[in-house]
Amino acid sequence: MISPIHYLVVSALLFAIGLAGILIRRNILMILLCIEVVFNAANLAFVAYAKMWGDLGGQIMVFFIIVVAAAEVTVGLAIAILMARQLKTLNADEANFLKW
Amino acid sequence: MAALRSLNPPHHQRKPLMFEAIFFYFCTALLFAAALSVIFNRQPIYSVLSLLAAMFCLAVLYVLLGAYFVAALQILLYAGAVLVLFLFVIMLLNLEPEAIKRMRLFTLRGLGILMAMSLFAILIRIFRASSGRIPVSTPPLDGSVEELGRLLFTTYLIPFEVTSFLILAALIGAVSLAKHR
Repeated sequence: MISPIHYLVVSALLFAIGLAGILIRRNILMILLCIEVVFNAANLAFVAYAKMWGDLGGQIMVFFIIVVAAAEVTVGLAIAILMARQLKTLNADEANFLKW
Repeated sequence: MAALRSLNPPHHQRKPLMFEAIFFYFCTALLFAAALSVIFNRQPIYSVLSLLAAMFCLAVLYVLLGAYFVAALQILLYAGAVLVLFLFVIMLLNLEPEAIKRMRLFTLRGLGILMAMSLFAILIRIFRASSGRIPVSTPPLDGSVEELGRLLFTTYLIPFEVTSFLILAALIGAVSLAKHR
């Protein structure tokens, strides 16, 4: 029998994988992709809790998270294009002109 | 009445449990393989395609949890819109080989994986601590478009409307950022 707890463990492991990706990759596009993985882990946890408590609010929250993720990706990719155009790199470590 | 009930047994009896377990473990294994491939692939385009596979596995998990509308949104919005956007941007940005060569692919690999594993341990501890408060029997959940739509346009109407402003702001921001010379 698969309980919602199983899904929560899957979600925790997926979140950890996404976080590891954000920490170790330096390409800004890869960081955005790993943020998507983390969003999906959070979505899975919301749906599992919705099932666990019998409350549809969790699924509604997933809807809002997907919309916010779409907005975030649009602006993030625009910034990545700008960075590639002006700095000629996609490495997050090389965009350090705000550092003094 | 008894005959009617035997014709229409409760939901948990109707569901073949073994198939659910098989689907769950298969899709979870595929999901983790795809997610690890997202992190460790050298080419961003292969990472995007792996993430696409992971999205489909997640949609199957949503269906198993009874969230049918969320599964459809996952396919339509994530696989259909967000990842296509990623693919377009990766194909549009052709960096010169010199810039790619001086870019280090991974930094702080050991430390990052250690941090992620400790976060996983913390999350498991939290779930274990909170598992005593799970309700024993919950009402069956109907994740259909009808039910979710009713909730979205009654209880969650104001967040839903605010969302449209967010989309508009993101749209204008993206256009004005990317147009800038």
